[in-house]
Amino acid sequence: MAILSKDEAQALLKKVLTYTTADECEASLRGRTSGNIRYARNSVSTAGAQDSVSLAVEARFGKRSGIATCNEFDEATLRRCVQRAEEIARLAPESPEYVPLLGPQTYLSPPSAATTTLTPALRAQAAADSMNLCAAKNLTSAGFLDGGTSFRAMRNSKGLEAYQQSTNTEFSVTVRTADGRGSGYAIADVTDPAKLNTKALTQRAADKATGSVNAKAIEPGKYTVILEPAALVASDDLSLLGGLVGGLDARSADEGRSFMTKKGGGNRKGEKLFDERINIYSDPLNAEVPGNAFDGDGLPTQRMSWVEKGVVKNMYYSRYWAEKNKVAPTAYPNGFIMTGGTQSTADLIKGTAKGILVTRLWYIREVDPQTLLYTGLTRDGTFYIENGAIKFPIKNLRFNESPIIMLNNIEAIGRPVRLAGCLVPPLKIRDFTFTSLSDAI
Amino acid sequence: MNRRDFVGLTGLGATALLLPSLPGFGAKRVDPSRLLEPGADTILKKRLADAALNAAKSAGASYADVRIGRSLNQYVFAREKQVQNIVSTESYGVGIRVLVNGCWGFASTSVVTEASLAATARLAADIAKANKLVLKEPVQLAPQQGYGEVSWKTPIVQSAFEVPVKQKADLLLAANAAAMDAGANYINSALFQVNEQKYFASTDGSYIDQDIHRLWPTFNVTAVDTKSGKFRSREALSAPVGLGYEYLTPSAAEQVRGPQGTDTVGYKLRYDILADAALAGKQAKAKLTMKSVTPGKYDLVLDPGHLGLTIHESVGHPTELDRVLGYEANYAGTSFATLEWKAKNLPYGSPQVNIVADKTQPGSVGNVGWDDEGVKTKEWDIIRAGKLVDYQKIRDQAHIVGQKASDGCCYAQSWEDVQFQRMANISLKPGPGKLSVDEMVSKVDKGIYIAGAGSFSIDQQRFNFQFGGQLFFAIEKGKITEPLEDVAYQSNTQEFWGACQGSCDASDYRLFGTFFDGKGQPAQVSSVSHGSATTRFNGVNVINTARKV
Repeated sequence: MAILSKDEAQALLKKVLTYTTADECEASLRGRTSGNIRYARNSVSTAGAQDSVSLAVEARFGKRSGIATCNEFDEATLRRCVQRAEEIARLAPESPEYVPLLGPQTYLSPPSAATTTLTPALRAQAAADSMNLCAAKNLTSAGFLDGGTSFRAMRNSKGLEAYQQSTNTEFSVTVRTADGRGSGYAIADVTDPAKLNTKALTQRAADKATGSVNAKAIEPGKYTVILEPAALVASDDLSLLGGLVGGLDARSADEGRSFMTKKGGGNRKGEKLFDERINIYSDPLNAEVPGNAFDGDGLPTQRMSWVEKGVVKNMYYSRYWAEKNKVAPTAYPNGFIMTGGTQSTADLIKGTAKGILVTRLWYIREVDPQTLLYTGLTRDGTFYIENGAIKFPIKNLRFNESPIIMLNNIEAIGRPVRLAGCLVPPLKIRDFTFTSLSDAI
Repeated sequence: MNRRDFVGLTGLGATALLLPSLPGFGAKRVDPSRLLEPGADTILKKRLADAALNAAKSAGASYADVRIGRSLNQYVFAREKQVQNIVSTESYGVGIRVLVNGCWGFASTSVVTEASLAATARLAADIAKANKLVLKEPVQLAPQQGYGEVSWKTPIVQSAFEVPVKQKADLLLAANAAAMDAGANYINSALFQVNEQKYFASTDGSYIDQDIHRLWPTFNVTAVDTKSGKFRSREALSAPVGLGYEYLTPSAAEQVRGPQGTDTVGYKLRYDILADAALAGKQAKAKLTMKSVTPGKYDLVLDPGHLGLTIHESVGHPTELDRVLGYEANYAGTSFATLEWKAKNLPYGSPQVNIVADKTQPGSVGNVGWDDEGVKTKEWDIIRAGKLVDYQKIRDQAHIVGQKASDGCCYAQSWEDVQFQRMANISLKPGPGKLSVDEMVSKVDKGIYIAGAGSFSIDQQRFNFQFGGQLFFAIEKGKITEPLEDVAYQSNTQEFWGACQGSCDASDYRLFGTFFDGKGQPAQVSSVSHGSATTRFNGVNVINTARKV
């Protein structure tokens, strides 16, 4: 039941809309079928499957709105769901931020290309490949593989129709030496699970683990760093680039409470805030990181430039804020692409006289929203670079740094790779601020 | 906590679109009146559970448990003069965990019929069997007595779900007005109400019916200086609680004033949202022109609404046995508090540091009768006179540290997620002698008093941390002199607790807490409280967080 085809989903939504007497009505469906396996200490700890579909109905009378949902699809339940949404709408206060529902829209068709389905046996095999590689080298692995198929569908009384199906699989692994003195990490996410190589990723994490034994302490301070993609974006936590791109909201800036707020009022759209080599955009049709075709309001996504040659070209405008400011609304994307060059991380290391290679940053939190100052720590593979080569592993460090400052201190930009649904290059940055040492391994 | 969700929520820019990513708050939305309808009765639940347990046993399970969950939530969001969202959600379904050939398997379903539960039990068994391929250490489950048919309910005076929605919305709007009148430019306020109806059954012979209530009123006030582009915020000094709507009835006896020279007020088991919002409006505005701290070493006097988060990160997490053993190595991290514990010689703090774990403290969000694998909850010592003496553990971990029983720490965020080891309430005992916060401050030569939790970050083995706060006051020669801004402190867990000089007495004791303690893959959230009295730490490194961009 979890994954309905376009025709099945629209037939169901069409039926739901015939039950309403509201001025406006919108119905949406979402579902996901997924499976996962988690292991640690070279043994499986948990494994499971999840399967869900739900229907949401929004009914509107004038500027009053009500929402109800159900997860059973017989006629009586569907009718009750619509009635309940209408009852709430009649009782709700008028919304001062009311915007009419969207009419028919034209959507792009992002590629969706899963060629295999991960069964419990395939997931167990992938975990076994990873664990066996480590056990043979007296290393300990802890990893997680999670993948599945999702769909979203919308339809409303103004004629809007939308549907999209997508797949995503993510694998991450942390490898530690038996004595706990070395730790390494690798992560990848893919649209097509056939492209996932858990063995190769585990090997990369294992190399980082064995290479990080006997780490030396260095003085905290300002250093040239090479930040690998896992130090720049994350699917499960706040990240340096995710926080920056996600913070380009026009309303909070216009209200005076964002790093994008302009002194004296308004926002900083159109200002050059970063190094001119910085270009960030979103593109739902990108083959490597296909995006959502529509956002939660049913707005079509399209290729959108956020930062061009260091200048903030666009900010997010909700439909209400766009109307109030007489600009076009912005569909919120589910990933972004940062352009780069052709150099791999290894090439960046070769071109570095003195610096630090950072595999991963962790527990990043905003310290000051005014300057977007973040703090966090290096983790699972931090190395000192001298004369174009890794010289020795170093102890982990805490940083206090703003991505705004960071993207003004660019030394080099490498070749983008997919991570967390984004395309992000490794970055070489000067004067990155480390404030204290950590004993954590 | 599920960090991305928490970060989004603490900003309270949250809209209905954000909330679906929040477990428990993204479920089916229902008419508020539906929340008062009784769920399935225990006779029906027992029949359903037995269908699943029997199917699991037939599929070869040596142990199985079934959790029939009905999760009811309602949240009210308001900003300035308007209510943004009133959303009622309901989620109903069943999670089944089975142990086959020494391997765990788990599956869940929202189709709650005997046939569906039996099929889900077989799917869980199939997953367990597939994992035999990679079995190295068969699960050893600590034996657990069955309790038969029993029940437990959070002790509440009034269910928040019985209070009319309009009354709750009006309260938030009144709090917003109080903050705006006091100088705020913006305020986002929210009221989270949670009711978990959990029915647990296992092949051990337990049928446990629990009715758990939690509440969290909170807000974030912002003051803006348009000319300079500067803005500052102050969050509510409330806590999420295991109480009913009575938490929102102010009581003078439940308020604790900060040290003389500050205007701060802390709250025990009753909260005055109107007074706190008015004070927050005034303080947010004052923050725009406060003196920026001079970095250096200071003696810190930390109020319970602040210290709770430091306890959470630096004691709660490193003493979770799954982290110690490496089960969280790939995500939340491991722990510096290794199994040296067995020799009872791991120095954790000064002799003044006594820390207990519990799942039974009234008013705390962790308070329940049984955990999600049928273990009765309790209180036990974690740190005694500065030495680590025990961990937090579950049934399949006890044997690893030579113990025979679980501590009752196994929980899932909902019926559709698998249960695993979660943090109990971890609380610092108040000082044994009579000591007020004014007496504590009077003995500090150069220090900073910090109230409220702010920015927080700690490494994956829980050594190095950095914490901000909501309100900071300079202490010079035993007196509060002026408020400060841009304060954060950095330390190392053992150094920090080693510098603990003791706590105020029990009259100052309060709870901090969160709904969103995050761990696991897929990530799950859990509710936890941390109690303490105001406590002094000597010679802590304070940094200045102001930057120019």
